[in-house]
Amino acid sequence: MMIWLLGILVVALPVAYGFRMAGQKLTGNAPRFRDMPSGVAYGYVIGAVVLVWLVWTYIASWLAEGPAANQYFFFRIAIHGFLIFSVMAISFRWLGTKVGPEFTKKLFRNMPATAAFGILIIIIYAVVSIFAGVIAPYGQEEILGAANVVPGGNPAFGGDPAYPLGTDQIGRDILSRLIYGAQNTVGIAFVTTCLAFFVGGSLGFLAATLQGWLDQVISRTVDVLMAIPALIFALLLMTIATVWANELGVNRTIFMVLIIALIDSTRVFRLARAVGLNIVVMDYIEAAKLRGEGLSYLIFKEILPNATAPLLAEFGLRFCFVFLTIASLSFLGVGIQPPLADWGTMVKDLSQFINFAAFAPQVAAAPLLAASAIALLTVAVNFVVDWMLHKSSGLKE
Amino acid sequence: MGSVGRIILQRLGLGLLTLLVVSIVIFVAVNALPGDFAEAILGQGATPEAVAAIRSDLGLDEPYLARYFGWLADALRGDLGTSFAQANFAAFAGTDAGSGLGSVAAMLGPRFANTMFLAGVTAAIAVPISVTLGILAALYRNSVFDRVANITTLTSISSPEFFLAYVLILFLAVMNPILPVLSLVNDDMGLGERLKMTLLPALTLTLVVTAHMMRMTRAAIINLLASPYIEMARLKGMSPMRVIVRHALPNALAPIINVIALNLAYLITGVVVVEVVFVYPGIGQLFVDSVKIRDIPVVQACCLIFAAAYILLNLTADILSILSNPRLRHPK
Repeated sequence: MMIWLLGILVVALPVAYGFRMAGQKLTGNAPRFRDMPSGVAYGYVIGAVVLVWLVWTYIASWLAEGPAANQYFFFRIAIHGFLIFSVMAISFRWLGTKVGPEFTKKLFRNMPATAAFGILIIIIYAVVSIFAGVIAPYGQEEILGAANVVPGGNPAFGGDPAYPLGTDQIGRDILSRLIYGAQNTVGIAFVTTCLAFFVGGSLGFLAATLQGWLDQVISRTVDVLMAIPALIFALLLMTIATVWANELGVNRTIFMVLIIALIDSTRVFRLARAVGLNIVVMDYIEAAKLRGEGLSYLIFKEILPNATAPLLAEFGLRFCFVFLTIASLSFLGVGIQPPLADWGTMVKDLSQFINFAAFAPQVAAAPLLAASAIALLTVAVNFVVDWMLHKSSGLKE
Repeated sequence: MGSVGRIILQRLGLGLLTLLVVSIVIFVAVNALPGDFAEAILGQGATPEAVAAIRSDLGLDEPYLARYFGWLADALRGDLGTSFAQANFAAFAGTDAGSGLGSVAAMLGPRFANTMFLAGVTAAIAVPISVTLGILAALYRNSVFDRVANITTLTSISSPEFFLAYVLILFLAVMNPILPVLSLVNDDMGLGERLKMTLLPALTLTLVVTAHMMRMTRAAIINLLASPYIEMARLKGMSPMRVIVRHALPNALAPIINVIALNLAYLITGVVVVEVVFVYPGIGQLFVDSVKIRDIPVVQACCLIFAAAYILLNLTADILSILSNPRLRHPK
């Protein structure tokens, strides 16, 4: 395996040289080939090898039958997923340039496909999480007759058309739990992010406007809180919170929201304060102060409108962090409290099925579905934020 | 060297101060628990006399301030207290709770070494790959390679660690059984076998960390490429590779070293989830298990170790970037 890989890398060297030579000969020394560095030629050859390998394996996956086909199950899903998402993203972008008001049309025209993909996924998640109760075929805590039904809905493999993605160990429908998971996991992450922004943002602007001892006190506190790694701190506080939750009879999910909001508000505070400090020195703030405007006017009418762009990008990134932290906590078993359906817990509960992948790939698909549901949303948000940052920075290079 | 020495000493002092304050935060957080340690150890049906005995034994009847300094002094001597889980067991076995068996330090020692080994293997794979890829992406920016690298790294940064871990398990351990699914490392293993056991968790962490480091390396170099002296080097007719390696890289070294240290600090958090997925016997796994059974002394000690490592790495990043700044090394 390793020897094959190394062999390909070495053989590609002379091939790359030949490729450039051939290009120069055939195009009459066109600038594209004349100025091509060897590294680029090598990159093209390696890229071509990877592409050929992908196509070849994909064809082989159709030709293979019986147990041999299992080997290609996930590969095929990945290729299909990539193709379907690409087509969806590109057609969504095309739709965006045709339909809607003028400014969105303009926005869509200069949008990279990755950003279109991100926006599309975010819209889908929002719709699913809001209408989860209508879309889901069963309830999230409903225990149905059959446990451990295999995903795929094919009775020959132990599936059941009534449960397209199968059921878990105690007989809850996985599709319904995935859909409700969108509501719980995404909803809780969204609320937490908003809370973190409200606390961190207002304190940050307050510190930037007032400065003096208040700024010093908050900034030093934040420094200390940020010196402890976020996940470790969250786990420590969750240990204490679970005890309190049992003592007080409160759901521990509420404590989790508060704890993560506290930890993430320190990061928001840093940014809000830095952005605020840059704005406070502007002349219009001076003018507003001289007019005798109050503190709330200064913060909400003068500073906030001028800080929306960086804060919006930060909101996207922060949401990803919060979402991943919640998913990790749930995965570790101290996050969102069980009967509620949640993706992190689902991955944990179903994870042992991965070991059956070699002979029954459908079984292994269940835990990966929940994990990829998490990954898909964070990737989508990151794509959109990346595009926004690129656009607002005005970078051409 | 005078001014550099002073700045470094200043940073060291600041780091120590931060660690001290962090230890106070941890202590306060742990003492915010309802009830107290003695009741937690004895569980239900504890007689008041037994509770009082344990309280005085552990020094819980002393004022908070005295207990904090006692804990700090013990921690500095390497005595991190007694694990609840092990202490219960020791009481059943009829042995003395304080002796060896249940001590947190004895539990942590070998696990700490394992975690360091995992982090070391990860760093050894990730650092060369990410710096090389970052330089290549800066060199061929806006090419197909750059765009593919951008999308891939963004995807791997945004995926949760356990997703990457399971995908790697799926392809490298289950579908093609090259590596073991579980990293059952033990002490009497040869280095080769140990490496094989550690490779899958290390690869997972590499995926996460490489993406970060590569993007930051690329950004640092591209940032420099806009400066006039790079323009000059280009106008002299140097090859792009030479411009980057000879002219941009030495000046980009400070941010890159900073990025590497910061990402190693990030590893500390990432290690927790990955160790749980692969059942790797490191500190992260112990930490999560202790959180679940509320073994407070262990949680406290792990937290302190993680925070100390995190602060130390951030401090290293700080000091290295000061040292690699020629303006500070050669004062006028």
